Amino acid sequence: MRKCSINDLNSVFEKISQSAVLYIPVDGENGADYKIWEKGVELSNALNTNKSPKNFFFPQSEDLVEFKTEGKDIEVIDIRDSKEDFVVFGVRACDVKSFEVLDRVFLSEPVDSYYADRREHGVIISMACSRPVETCFCQTFDIDATNPLGDIACWKTDDAVYFEAKTEKGQALMDKISDLTSESDDKAVEEQKTKTTEIMKRLPLADLKADKFGAGKTEEFFNDPAWAELSQSCLGCGTCTFVCPTCQCYDIKDYNTGKGVIRYRCWDSCMYSDFTRMAHGNSRNSQLERFRQRFMHKLVYYPENNEGLFSCVGCGRCLSKCPISMNIVKVMKTLGGKNNG
Amino acid sequence: MQVNGEYKPLIVAFCCNWCSYAGADLAGTNRSNYPDNVKIIKVPCSCRVNPMFILRAFQRGADGVILCGCHPGDCHYTSGNYYTRRRMALLFSMLNFLGIEKERTRVEWVSAAEGAKFAATMNEFTEAVAKLGENKRLEDLRCKR
Amino acid sequence: MQKITSEALINKACELLENKTVNRVLGWKVGEFAYDITPALFTDCDSLKSDFVFGDFCGANFSKYLVSETRKSDEKVLVFLKPCDTYSFNQLLTENRFNRENVYAIGIPCEGMADISKIKAAVGDGIVGLSSEGDKIIVDTLYDGKQEIDAKSVMAERCAVCKSKKCVAYDELMGEEGEIVDSNRFDEVEKLEKMTEDERYAFWQGELSRCIRCNACRDICPACTCENCVFDNPESSVQNKAISDSFEEKMFHIIRAFHVAGRCTDCGECSRVCPQNIPLHLLNRKFIKDINDFYGEYQAGAEVGNRAPLVDYTLEDLEPGEALERGAEN
Repeated sequence: MRKCSINDLNSVFEKISQSAVLYIPVDGENGADYKIWEKGVELSNALNTNKSPKNFFFPQSEDLVEFKTEGKDIEVIDIRDSKEDFVVFGVRACDVKSFEVLDRVFLSEPVDSYYADRREHGVIISMACSRPVETCFCQTFDIDATNPLGDIACWKTDDAVYFEAKTEKGQALMDKISDLTSESDDKAVEEQKTKTTEIMKRLPLADLKADKFGAGKTEEFFNDPAWAELSQSCLGCGTCTFVCPTCQCYDIKDYNTGKGVIRYRCWDSCMYSDFTRMAHGNSRNSQLERFRQRFMHKLVYYPENNEGLFSCVGCGRCLSKCPISMNIVKVMKTLGGKNNG
Repeated sequence: MQVNGEYKPLIVAFCCNWCSYAGADLAGTNRSNYPDNVKIIKVPCSCRVNPMFILRAFQRGADGVILCGCHPGDCHYTSGNYYTRRRMALLFSMLNFLGIEKERTRVEWVSAAEGAKFAATMNEFTEAVAKLGENKRLEDLRCKR
Repeated sequence: MQKITSEALINKACELLENKTVNRVLGWKVGEFAYDITPALFTDCDSLKSDFVFGDFCGANFSKYLVSETRKSDEKVLVFLKPCDTYSFNQLLTENRFNRENVYAIGIPCEGMADISKIKAAVGDGIVGLSSEGDKIIVDTLYDGKQEIDAKSVMAERCAVCKSKKCVAYDELMGEEGEIVDSNRFDEVEKLEKMTEDERYAFWQGELSRCIRCNACRDICPACTCENCVFDNPESSVQNKAISDSFEEKMFHIIRAFHVAGRCTDCGECSRVCPQNIPLHLLNRKFIKDINDFYGEYQAGAEVGNRAPLVDYTLEDLEPGEALERGAEN
């Protein structure tokens, strides 16, 4: 484990940004968001960013290919912009876990080369949590907020930042900043871990369990009458999907620029009425079906196909952002019983 | 819009079928000059113009959008242009509220007999837009690549 | 902070359920925390007693739910309307969007709702308890224990500039009849009008570029009740989900505000639900202010049957060019 003084953190950032674009969470008027680091940009202390960092690997809108026609010839141009090296600093344990969820979708055959490119060119520096909030429930999914994964894991105390490489990619980056960091014991880190773990136990959602959900539970929950009550006031907007770090649905469309056609993809939401629209119409016609799809996918279908891994990481964004305050915690408690979740 | 390396503003003019389009026709038969970078789109009535048409024109590279219809009181459909007047007053005010230069949008009433007015309006509007330069504030970069 | 209590509303709802005036109740349901209240339908007194709540976080406007709710059954549904909700209620009635016969509306007074993001900004994260005592809100936090804050200082923006405390539509009124308030709700709009075009552009570019196209503002809006929105129509060539060079976002927000111009009652739900905290109500208020300036004072939803300004005209209306000149004088 290596450490640097908190005052030297900006020098570390400067060093990193010499060889790659560096994104760090920055405070804004309305909460924190990732911004490119440059001199004068200060690291946010916020627990989490408004938008999840999935945007770095799976951007909200992304141009895939351009078609140009001249006479009878069609030229197909690869216009991907995913070949740039970048580093994302300060990713929380829950969000780091979300990359695993996304990887299983995009990196399984057939591999999504746009996503794969970005994964290859991106280095994730995670940050352990020390001040979890009431909406946090990563513990439900066995994520240790005090010990995040990523390429490099970080712990920030009042006076220092501790680094630990977790992958080869991370080690390579650690070597680059080695003259700014020094070897250190993990005493302060362990102290912080113990303290945070104590706080985690006091969180209102600390006892939420996901045991009742998982692979093979489709029959049990699909026709539960509670879906009607849960979904009755759902607006059908895409807020939960778009702030969610693990939602991975997208739509591919063609855009006529007047001079050619750009094929792009953009995030889609299973909550939208035109989602899965096919020639015959939509396979899920009511908001109840759409609502059920989203939560069944997170809690049952995805684990079914991925060795029991849930596609929720408990980041709590949907808890604070949903316009009607309906969310996965309420769904789990209603379907699984108040105390057990 | 760049023409032979020289900047010329692209103007989209929505003209109502009954008055302004005929006015443009008259400007032509009178041999009145107006810039060839004014592209006319004929509409059945000025009130056919949905605010989205105007935004879409800017997106596709227009530097200025002008809407021409019958004079108030002369609408072929009796009252269409009265609705246009309210809608465009509010829409243009909103565009300006968002910081889009007010010179880029205009409504002008041009009758079938006003060929000269049509040409003069287009000349004047084009010149005003040319002074502002390219429309950067309501552009869509995808359409510019 | 609210003068009317949950108990009073629960008792009233139970009474109406028992005497069969209504068979279901549209109300606010308690959440996991003190502030995440969900709109819900209650069909019996027991669930009302255990889950119904009315307090400082019950901002949700139920008017729009009546559109689908009144179609479900010929029996009446009970709805509680705060003063600003009653304007939406009237506007929807004017547009014949729901069946008035199937509704039993109770007007309730409102002292203004609290904004949880303002509370979080004031006391920090980790809120585990909230209660109100008179003009104070007591916040229990994970890290700093109990803190007392002034309720006024964390009031939602729309409530701080409340336009009316008067319920303009109801079958029954609970509490005292309020008054129309002399509000300074256009101050923010005026501030922007006084800026230069460049400054305004920079302001809105910053705000609208944060948009994630989730459509929550549209979906919550009681004036947006089209069966099929133009932004959901795959034939319309409107890229409803993409964010691109900020054009699509601008187009979406201009058109969204324009489609409700003259019908928007300024209930402020759009800004309340925006996950990115974009001040969308300013766009609506600009239209309202312009309508007032150009065509005379008009409050959508003040009365049932009023003709909206954009489906009306006078022979002497001002020209669009004059409208722009007026803007420039500011």
